[in-house]
Amino acid sequence: MKFVENQPSDDTLDLVCRMCPVHLLEPGDKLRCLKKGQVLEVLTDYDGALEDIPNWCKKCGEEFIGIEEDDDCYKLYIKKTK
Amino acid sequence: MKTVYMDHAAATPVRKQVVEAMLPYFDEHFGNPSTVYDMGSRIKHVIDEQRATVAELIGAKAGEIIFTSSGAEANNLAIKGIGLARQKKGKHIIISAIEHHSVLNSARFLERMDFEVTFLQVDQHGLVDPERLSRAIRPETILVSIMHANNEIGTIEPISDLSAICREKGVVFHTDAVATVGNIPVDVNELNVDLLSLSGVSLGAPKGIGALYFRNNLRLMPLIHGGIQESGRRAGTENVPAIVGLGKASELAAQELPHKAEHVKELRDRLVTGVHGRIEQVKYTGHPEKRLPGHASFCIEAIEGEALVFMLSQKGIYVNTGSACASKALKTSPVLVAIGVPPDLAQGSAVFTLNGTNTVDEIQYVLDQLPVAVEKLRSLSPIWRTKTAA
Repeated sequence: MKFVENQPSDDTLDLVCRMCPVHLLEPGDKLRCLKKGQVLEVLTDYDGALEDIPNWCKKCGEEFIGIEEDDDCYKLYIKKTK
Repeated sequence: MKTVYMDHAAATPVRKQVVEAMLPYFDEHFGNPSTVYDMGSRIKHVIDEQRATVAELIGAKAGEIIFTSSGAEANNLAIKGIGLARQKKGKHIIISAIEHHSVLNSARFLERMDFEVTFLQVDQHGLVDPERLSRAIRPETILVSIMHANNEIGTIEPISDLSAICREKGVVFHTDAVATVGNIPVDVNELNVDLLSLSGVSLGAPKGIGALYFRNNLRLMPLIHGGIQESGRRAGTENVPAIVGLGKASELAAQELPHKAEHVKELRDRLVTGVHGRIEQVKYTGHPEKRLPGHASFCIEAIEGEALVFMLSQKGIYVNTGSACASKALKTSPVLVAIGVPPDLAQGSAVFTLNGTNTVDEIQYVLDQLPVAVEKLRSLSPIWRTKTAA
């Protein structure tokens, strides 16, 4: 698991309080609206996402940058590479 | 026997066009919207179209609507969903003392989880004072819920004034608009609310369907866990026919609203004038002007509201005493207590809620029958006998 601090991002997807597997469905839609090289910040309180999102990035060919732990959620960063 | 229905706050008949729109979704288009094949995805698309139609009725965006099983569920989701999602920010919520039981009891549920609830008092017409709300807000206040209009006394609250205070102080604002959506114009942007509940029951849609509007960036803890229906905010296979019914009813309501309010207000005023002219010792409850156009509520001295409702029903007239869900409890209405009606007078509560289908003839029939029923009940009342003998 890669940890980051103060990672800048171009857009945020807030999935806090949303049910699994929304965290595997909505990042793809959101990334489609970003340009290559831009970074998406995904906020979630679902522990399973810490494993699922890096694996999803690998499968989809996107770059997983890392995780930052906040007071009430996790922040996961994905760089659009396709 | 003639039938005159004047309890539209409790339920409205499902419109013919609504039933027709719903029917194909029981058999012809029965697929599960979550399936990936076209039979399901087509229905998912239909649900999203209905979402857009319901949103349009209240000036919202389609993505800001969650379908629920009722207005009560929408209220539960708003109060508990926001309370649980924001509890790290604070555990204080404010509701008015005249909220519907689905708001009141959701707040009491949170009280059991160490939340603190302030029940805001109202004036003699049932109005919440914005100044009083402002004073009640604390740094740990996370949610305020004030109903748009009260179903028992018809008073319309100054929602945009109240929500402006909350917006300034960074507090989430919810309004229960079950009594208003479909009866008066409702726009979430004009009201400046974060969440708003509505129900099919008051719209000419079937029972068993409601919706919660929520501003897109709000975090909301789901109450029903499972699949990712409603974007992962409310699990359970969608009630597609009822959603289609709510969509159709919303479309019709949007077309009819401009004319409907004027018509029902005229009928209501005729009823109110007639009641005051024919029956003595009657108190008109709620605000005299700031009230729902089709709403007339009275407290009639020295009678029991339940007995009056029963007697009128024997003449084919259907009205209510208090709210539909609370009137069976044989308890003095907390709403009437909150506006300062003495408990003995509050027993004689009668609520008439009209809609566009009521007629002048029906009003006349009620005005002919109501005084007869009241006189009969009063003749059996020792309180009335003592009073008139004195």
